[in-house]
Amino acid sequence: MQVTSPIREPLVLNKMTMHNITNDVCKQVEGKPTMPWLICFGISLVLLGLGTISVASTWWYGIGTWGLNKTVGWAWDITNFVWWVGIGHAGTLISAILMLFRQKWRTSINRAAEAMTIFAVLCAGSFILFHMGRPWVAHWALPLPNTYGSLWVNFNSPLVWDVFAISTYLTVSSVFWYVGLIPDLATIRDRAKVSLTDNPLLATDTKEERKAKQEKRRPIGAFMYSIMAFGWEGGAKVWARYEYVSLILAGLSTPLVLSVHTIVSMDFATSVIPGWHTTIFPPYFVAGAIFSGFAMVLTLMLITRVVFKLENYITLEHIELMNKIITLTGSIVGVAYITEFFIAWYSGVEYESYAFINRAFGPYWWAYAAMMLCNVVSPQLFWSRTIRRNLVATFVLSIIVNIGMWFERFVIIVTSLHRDYLPSSWIYFRPTIYDVGDYLFTFGLFFTLFFLFAKFLPVINMAEVKAALNSSDEAARERGVIALSKKAGGEGVKIAAVHNPDKD
Amino acid sequence: MSNNKLIKESSRYVIGVYDHENAILNAVQRVQEDGLRVHEVFSPHPIHHLDVYIGHPRTRIPIAAFCFATLGFSLAILMITFMLGIDWPMIIGGKNYVSIPTMVPVTFEATVLIAALGMVATFFISNNMGPGKEEFSFDRRSTDDKYVLVVDMDKNEGKSQEEISQILLKYGAEASPKMVEKAA
Repeated sequence: MQVTSPIREPLVLNKMTMHNITNDVCKQVEGKPTMPWLICFGISLVLLGLGTISVASTWWYGIGTWGLNKTVGWAWDITNFVWWVGIGHAGTLISAILMLFRQKWRTSINRAAEAMTIFAVLCAGSFILFHMGRPWVAHWALPLPNTYGSLWVNFNSPLVWDVFAISTYLTVSSVFWYVGLIPDLATIRDRAKVSLTDNPLLATDTKEERKAKQEKRRPIGAFMYSIMAFGWEGGAKVWARYEYVSLILAGLSTPLVLSVHTIVSMDFATSVIPGWHTTIFPPYFVAGAIFSGFAMVLTLMLITRVVFKLENYITLEHIELMNKIITLTGSIVGVAYITEFFIAWYSGVEYESYAFINRAFGPYWWAYAAMMLCNVVSPQLFWSRTIRRNLVATFVLSIIVNIGMWFERFVIIVTSLHRDYLPSSWIYFRPTIYDVGDYLFTFGLFFTLFFLFAKFLPVINMAEVKAALNSSDEAARERGVIALSKKAGGEGVKIAAVHNPDKD
Repeated sequence: MSNNKLIKESSRYVIGVYDHENAILNAVQRVQEDGLRVHEVFSPHPIHHLDVYIGHPRTRIPIAAFCFATLGFSLAILMITFMLGIDWPMIIGGKNYVSIPTMVPVTFEATVLIAALGMVATFFISNNMGPGKEEFSFDRRSTDDKYVLVVDMDKNEGKSQEEISQILLKYGAEASPKMVEKAA
């Protein structure tokens, strides 16, 4: 028999069975849209619509509509790009790095976090497109054969590295996400098919459940989810391959996720602009990305938890663990801010020192203060267990952290540029309505995609939660012992000892 | 039956349904001790080492992944060397046309990309999976909360359906294991 510490809280509350998990997760896919979902989706669509007007104007008139000028050539757009890429780091971190660390609590949140990653990277990519001014020639960023005398992209440029990093990250994250979805899509497919046929195999259902299922005939669902489930059958041989694929994808994604923000940081770090030219950028950006990504996961999961009534799966334990990671990464970011300041002074370079003094006490002091307050001070509140486990406080702080992380990028980009070497070029950057509108567009896009995902695909990874349930839940373990002792002549102890999920 | 495999139209299987991970792990080992050959087990979630207990050969997916990673790495090096060094050399501050440090990011990303895509494609092809592929389900509850142990009658010659059912029942299967025919 395996012995598990009673101190550890169960990952799934209220003694759920595997069938309960299937029902709870599938019901929002199978049922009609609920009022809270409609409200959330409606707000997202309105944002998307308003944003589309702004984006259409930007594309029509060009990026002269933005507040950029000769001195400040990068501002809101690149701030938003880096911010969205940062948010897109949490999903892969949760599904890849936490998987390698065997953190079973990730199972309830990895699906939604991965979806969020993909949508955030799409939003980030859209700013690159907008910034090109002529998005219809975006493919010029790729090393494609062309009619300009075989002129290739310059592989010495960090901007080209970015193209490869972001597109690889988007592709690999999408593949990782979809491979993980297949077993759950098969579950939904099978439920839809069972409801179509008068299947006598619904023995586990109560009479009411069986009747309800057969009344709810879903031919379109059966057809669509059949296509999407890729013919998944769930045999042991396929599961074994699946586990290897997941493990190797996690192994590949772990350096990938670290590389993406490292390369984004090199867009700045390889330049010779005071305030950008710092070697600390890669680890500092990666920590910041995880920090903001986890904050966004919390914001979304707290909404999803309420909208879809998933309190038994996304528990206070999950929220507390994520808050701990926020405290850690927030503190790393805080140390990075202080280190940067110290090194600027210690380097003895006049321009470098000025860039940092100007950041904190120059015309953008308010942005710097907002950054310090939101990113360094506010996550320290999570040292208190009461606050870590308080839903309202977590929700508010997660939004504050994301505001802070936006200001961090704004401070790095704009304050380093707005005071050039020539005082005659000094300028104060102000965004235009199109800067704001394009940012709103990505919010609309992000939340529209997220709520569509949440409605039509399972938001919780059922297969993984079921696997974790048997090893983490007291009731499920008890059922296992009963299954062995009664039905198998009381000789089950040997097998339970062989199969210890914590060790395997 | 085994003599006319070429013209066989369908296979017959006996399935036992179990309701817990421990029960299926126990059953898989015990029915084999009793002389049954297990065809496959279908489960709603992965069970570590179950494939080993059934006797499936170890998967070679990691080898495929390594091969694809090597391919991606080589392609990226060749691409950058050809484009910057041979086809259109550019003088940048008098530095080397092809510089290894600046090749690192793109080479790394290409390695990861080709390894991931190639491995997942191998996974789909080896499992005969793809968009719209028809599944064969012995019992649709195996994607919900049941574990389905499948015994191929052709591979257990000399044992009747009744005998196989008795063995499955002995190790905790749900009442009355049934026979399923699958078209070849």
